Amino acid sequence: MRTAVSAPVPGSGSVRRWLADALPKAVLAPTLLMSVIFVYGFIAWTVYLSLTPSRLLPNYEFVGLAQYIALFDNERWWVALKNLAIFGFLFVVLGLAIGLTLAILLDQRIRIEGFLRSLYLYPMALSFIVTGAAWKWILNPSLGLEHLMRSWGFQNFSFDWLVNPDRAIYTVVIAGVWQSAGFVMALFLAGLRGIDDSIIKAAQVDGASLFTIYRRIIIPSMRPVFFSALIILSHIAVKSFDLVMALTAGGPGFASDLPATFMYSFAFTRNQLGLGAASAVMMLFILAAVLVPFIWAEGRQRRQDR
Amino acid sequence: MKRLLFAAALGASLLGSTLPAYPAEEVEVLHWWTSGGEARSVAELKKMLEAKGYKWKDFAVAGGGGENAMTVLKSRVVSGNPPTAAQIKGPTIQEWGAEGVLANLDDTAKAGTWDSLLPPVVANVMKYQGHYVAAPVNVHRVNWMWVNPEVFKKAGAKVPTTWEEFATACDKIQKAGMIAVAHGGQPWQDSTVFESVALGVGGADFYKKAFVQLDQAALGGATMQKAFSVLRNIQKCTDKGAPGRDWNLATAMVIQGKAGMQFMGDWAKGEFTAAGKTPGKDFLCLPAPGTKGAYTFNIDSFVMFEQKSAGAKAGQKALAEAIMSPEFQEIFNLNKGSIPARAGVSMAKFDQCAKDSTAEFQGSSKSGTLVPSWAHGMAIPASTQGALFDVVTQFFNSDMSPKDAAQKLAQAGKTK
Repeated sequence: MRTAVSAPVPGSGSVRRWLADALPKAVLAPTLLMSVIFVYGFIAWTVYLSLTPSRLLPNYEFVGLAQYIALFDNERWWVALKNLAIFGFLFVVLGLAIGLTLAILLDQRIRIEGFLRSLYLYPMALSFIVTGAAWKWILNPSLGLEHLMRSWGFQNFSFDWLVNPDRAIYTVVIAGVWQSAGFVMALFLAGLRGIDDSIIKAAQVDGASLFTIYRRIIIPSMRPVFFSALIILSHIAVKSFDLVMALTAGGPGFASDLPATFMYSFAFTRNQLGLGAASAVMMLFILAAVLVPFIWAEGRQRRQDR
Repeated sequence: MKRLLFAAALGASLLGSTLPAYPAEEVEVLHWWTSGGEARSVAELKKMLEAKGYKWKDFAVAGGGGENAMTVLKSRVVSGNPPTAAQIKGPTIQEWGAEGVLANLDDTAKAGTWDSLLPPVVANVMKYQGHYVAAPVNVHRVNWMWVNPEVFKKAGAKVPTTWEEFATACDKIQKAGMIAVAHGGQPWQDSTVFESVALGVGGADFYKKAFVQLDQAALGGATMQKAFSVLRNIQKCTDKGAPGRDWNLATAMVIQGKAGMQFMGDWAKGEFTAAGKTPGKDFLCLPAPGTKGAYTFNIDSFVMFEQKSAGAKAGQKALAEAIMSPEFQEIFNLNKGSIPARAGVSMAKFDQCAKDSTAEFQGSSKSGTLVPSWAHGMAIPASTQGALFDVVTQFFNSDMSPKDAAQKLAQAGKTK
């Protein structure tokens, strides 16, 4: 044994070095290849399909931007975009606000914190389908909340947002925030716990009030957490599909349609694959438009910090 | 090393050859009939084919309207490995035909004299460029009105035969504290109701002009506006919980006497019979107001895909023959609630609703009032159908005027 180690075969050192160098690449290669094909390859394919007159099956004739013109001529697409703006904005803002508030309240060294923490986090363990189905029953005027309040004697109680075309999209916000706020809370709580205690102690010595400490020290120092939460919430918002499907199925009519449900119904049930692909590409652009500035700004910030 | 490579190559080729697309005698059928009565109906077909010595390979993809099944089917066809047959109906058959992947059933059809057994309107749906490519299994009538007579009696209302009478009946039932119309506010249900209204208001010729030929004048004209205003009246007769409700829950409201009537195809009958109700006594099946003598049909069919091997082709032939046999059509439709698509099946075991449906089917076929149901994908391509759905459902869920709605419908009719 010892001789083998002390007298290596000529060249085995370089082989080992070569192996140490190549092995990680070799192990990562399949994953890389998979993501190149199945993520970027299919993105490219979808972009190409959006430039073709594809209907039932893919068709590779080139028609330029005709599908995009048809898309922006479609009233339903505009409804979907408007709904995405409402839903995306409220979902992200309320999710962050409620999540942060819960985290700060839980951070006050209260009793049974662990229990409360898991209680708020549990909705995240559910799939959006379950959340959607549950809220569908809760918000249904003839089954849920309205029915309950009326049977308790509040005859004038009315909460019919689910069946009101002008309000239906807000029920999606309610259910979405209910599900995600706990997760955002967990993110913020981890951030709060990561803050150096000595800074806070120093501020207390200087006589800063608790409110000032939170406003001037703690919340600004959680910038990276805000950033992560924002990215997670906004991509959930843009690709949101299952929640709407289970809660309103895009209804009443198509009043609560989102781009994802629009894409599904045109590409898969109406045999308009090209139009569906065009709407999918637009979704990608929306996501990029939201995220790229954030990522860029955050990257610049980090370089400045260095 | 070389030997290893050789062995691997041999292994791969063996693996390849032992996994041919299909053993010759296997018949693979894609469908989405997975619930109670429907599953029993498919089991009958399986039994008949197994009796003929073929192996049945069930390819059921669940999910109500068959959207999931269609997605699976597309990937199978694109990869050059289509099933023997798939449950496809209406103009979608033409779209598949245009892709050049369907089998020609003319020999089987000729031997079985399909032309004399099927009404020409139905036969046309089964053909692509004059050749049979599909076999029909049943006929559903869509323009039914399901009535709970007890509710009408309590409210002192008369069961309506025109849309004017309908308005009075609705008033009386609502005044008596009950729901007049049980409805589920989903786009296809809104359009199912609207299609019966348009047929009742404008008649079969108008219906064909508007929803089969997509004639701009008919889609945007005064008759269509009238149909929309009737739809508005119906909407006012529904309850607040309607949006998003499934059709069978709406049917349950009629069964339980909470609501007076429902406009729905004859698959609703299954819900009544499952609840132990007798037609003519506990519930009535009547044509929707103004549509007596006219018939909107919804036909399920199996489309045959081109097969490579001779054995698979023989299996396909046997499948088509079995589907068209009177035995299968009888037992299948007894389970499903529809009526046989072909002539020459004994109706002795069927209930009164099915007998009425058959009589009207044959009568309307002769008088030219047998029309395809556009809300159920029998008249126009899926893209146009979807665009019309959007207009009808938007009208139903807003305070749009009938005039604007008709204009939008004409615009939607241009969707290719």
